[in-house]
Amino acid sequence: MFAITEQRDGELRKVSFEVVSEGRRVADGLGSELTAVVLGSGIDGLAEALKKYGPDKILIGDDPALADYTTDAYTNVLADLIKSSDPAVIITGASAQGKDLVGRLSARLDAGVAMDCVDLKLDNGNLTYTRPMFGGKILASVEIEGSPQIVAVRPNVMSITENAKECSIEKPAVQVGDVRTAVVEMKMETGDKVELTEADIIVSGGRGTGGDYAAIEALAELLGAAVGASRSAVDEGWRPHSDQVGQTGKTVSPSLYVACGISGAIQHLAGMSTSKYIVAINKDEEAPIFSKADLGIAGDLFEVVPAITEEVKKLKG
Amino acid sequence: MDIVVLVKQVPDTESLVQIADDGVSIKTQDIKWIMNPYDELAVEAALQIKEAQGGTVTILSLGPEKAIETIRTALAMGADQGIHICDPAALGSDPLATAKLLAAALKDFPCDLIIAGHRAVDEDNYQVAAAVAELMGLPQISMVNKVEVSEGKIICHRTIEGGTVVMEATLPALFTTQRGLNEPRYASLPGIMKAKKKPVEVKTVADLGVDAGTVGAANRKVKIKALNLPPERQAVRMVEAEGAAGKAAELVKILHEEIKVI
Repeated sequence: MFAITEQRDGELRKVSFEVVSEGRRVADGLGSELTAVVLGSGIDGLAEALKKYGPDKILIGDDPALADYTTDAYTNVLADLIKSSDPAVIITGASAQGKDLVGRLSARLDAGVAMDCVDLKLDNGNLTYTRPMFGGKILASVEIEGSPQIVAVRPNVMSITENAKECSIEKPAVQVGDVRTAVVEMKMETGDKVELTEADIIVSGGRGTGGDYAAIEALAELLGAAVGASRSAVDEGWRPHSDQVGQTGKTVSPSLYVACGISGAIQHLAGMSTSKYIVAINKDEEAPIFSKADLGIAGDLFEVVPAITEEVKKLKG
Repeated sequence: MDIVVLVKQVPDTESLVQIADDGVSIKTQDIKWIMNPYDELAVEAALQIKEAQGGTVTILSLGPEKAIETIRTALAMGADQGIHICDPAALGSDPLATAKLLAAALKDFPCDLIIAGHRAVDEDNYQVAAAVAELMGLPQISMVNKVEVSEGKIICHRTIEGGTVVMEATLPALFTTQRGLNEPRYASLPGIMKAKKKPVEVKTVADLGVDAGTVGAANRKVKIKALNLPPERQAVRMVEAEGAAGKAAELVKILHEEIKVI
């Protein structure tokens, strides 16, 4: 079994620990070895961080051309490593990188894919993958024929488990090959903005905000949360597209999702229904969002949200 | 600039999706069908490039007979011609088989640029466009929310967690769309009238020279064993207390002490 990890600027991304932890669980179930693969440039130090999560082997692909992710370089190197080890199952993250990589890798290897999985089950040596379709309105159980099978797991879903064991580290020579796309520039948002798909807590606002996100942002900042938005809020131009949660935006799975002034259109509910705990705050007690929430407050978000912020401040002392 | 846009007909995102009696497919009778929203962005992007630089826009779609409606919609927006892979043997193909069919349809078709949605909002597989690029030997840039095409190159802003990466590739190439790229136009009435006369070539699996034993529902590598509705949550617990401050205090207490999420 192979776990393909992900680094950016020489730092492992959280999804890497999720795929290695989940890879360890599945490999144990299959009675197979787990090899974690990390690609980058000058990344010897990353092996130490990966070891904790229990791979039997770590393969480091180190080359200046692997510093930043490009489809061609990563596919070429991974396809070579996969062909020489012949893993039955390849697990990676359904991140921006994974979603770009997996389609190409599947065609290169003629392999079936389970994309954006939220659960893997092992029964008599067969893996069944659970994956949302229709933006989360449906959960499909799928099986993949043939070998290798590729599974990309939804970020923020698989638990991270420390499970260190004896681990060998290898640094095979890699052939990056012809790279036909070039990274011109990385334009990253500055500050501590939390990425929606990786956030543990999301405070989200909809039409009920009337475009005023001050109260939501204040609560989010205090909680270290990401700010999300409904499609109507994005269509109104109140928030950027990158904040949109829903079937035509991002699907999210935080521990806590706080929906403020969001009525709960089907396509929004689809994007947040795998959240572990959902709180809805809405003036309209009949709003559909309450049918998907665990806890509800019927009230004006402009009164309730600042009051929550005050209470959290008290809690934090 | 000759551009091909890959489009798919999907259920409207506002529709309720219900599981059919077979347990592995959805009920299709009450569904309103639309062009995949990300493909609308792709059609619009292609039309804008054509308007600026000349050339043609060809729509390629795999789907049942009614998928012609979606091709006609794209033609009504301004695309020039369509190719419809329409064959019962092709229906239900998994993403890789779909990509094989699409790539086969483009094998002898000259084009400089292929544009597709980054995913179709039905099965949410995120794979077909990248697999088409691989099978055709083209570079790809995915989830693009800004694009410039000049002097035989595309420069794309690819969205990633926490920002964007500006990437460039020499044409021919493929890119996939992300929200924010543009606002797709509506088809005008004259556009709709003209679309009826635009050519749409219908292709079967045999026409494409693809082995029917490798495509279609019966030959999926990725087999759907069951569809289920997400587990229902327990009925919502409404926080009852006096005023906004009282409710907020009660909520924070529950989140902190009972559920321990904050």
